[in-house]
Amino acid sequence: MISIEWFIALSAVLFTIGAIGVMVRRNAIVLFMCIELMLNAVNISLVAFSSYHGNIEGHMLVLFALSVAAAEAVVGLALIIALFRNTLSVDIRNLTLMRF
Amino acid sequence: MLVMEIYAFILLSLLAIATSIGTVLNRSAVNSALFMVLHLLTLAGLYLLLRAQFLAIIQVIVYAGAIMVLFLFVIMLLNVEEEENIIKNTRFGFIGAFMVGALLLGQVVYSLLGLAGFLPELSGQAEAIGTVEAIGDVMFTDYLLPLQVTAILLTSAVVGAMMIAEFTHADGTPQDVIEHAPEDRVEEGGA
Repeated sequence: MISIEWFIALSAVLFTIGAIGVMVRRNAIVLFMCIELMLNAVNISLVAFSSYHGNIEGHMLVLFALSVAAAEAVVGLALIIALFRNTLSVDIRNLTLMRF
Repeated sequence: MLVMEIYAFILLSLLAIATSIGTVLNRSAVNSALFMVLHLLTLAGLYLLLRAQFLAIIQVIVYAGAIMVLFLFVIMLLNVEEEENIIKNTRFGFIGAFMVGALLLGQVVYSLLGLAGFLPELSGQAEAIGTVEAIGDVMFTDYLLPLQVTAILLTSAVVGAMMIAEFTHADGTPQDVIEHAPEDRVEEGGA
């Protein structure tokens, strides 16, 4: 069997790519997808630890994280729609109202 | 058997990394979303390698099926134009982001290297815990309360999303599918 270090390394790399995406992109929808990337990277390491320990708790945690991610995506996309109504763009550089 | 698994792992992980880079660096949001769908499918394959059959199926149905369709609908609805050349426009921010990313990766890898000797081998129970039967067994006994709370969370998220995304006029009345003339709305309010 593949040793667990590989799965954790993959998870770290995917998390970093997602984090870079959050810093680089300006489109709010793509930003949301990058957040989903980071969430999924953490899910991989949770499932890996759970499987290698033979303990089901990690699987359950991933299951609940998935439903929370669904709720988060719904609310986030609604916020993006509301944002688009007001500024006619989804560029986060336009969101300077609360910047000091 | 082991060689097969290593082949599958290398293939799936390279595909996962490539599609995640594609998601981050693609100019068109639609292409990003499609890369993301492929990424989620490869993750489902990785879950299968970890003997988590139920999570693999849920990943395909919920993430690749439902959430990404929602994303594509919103992209279609908003008709966003392409970001022109993300690398050229924000060169300084791009370099900074990569340096912070390298720092983050180094930090995570360094903190995990300390664990290197203590990580477990795949346990014999792993075959049994990923099945629908095992997960259902725990979900409806030990995790019954979190399950109910999740149901409430999803309901409130949908209601909240409708309230946020709903277009309201200045006087607080919601917009109908067919836009009425202002005098129509006054009559409805009076009746």
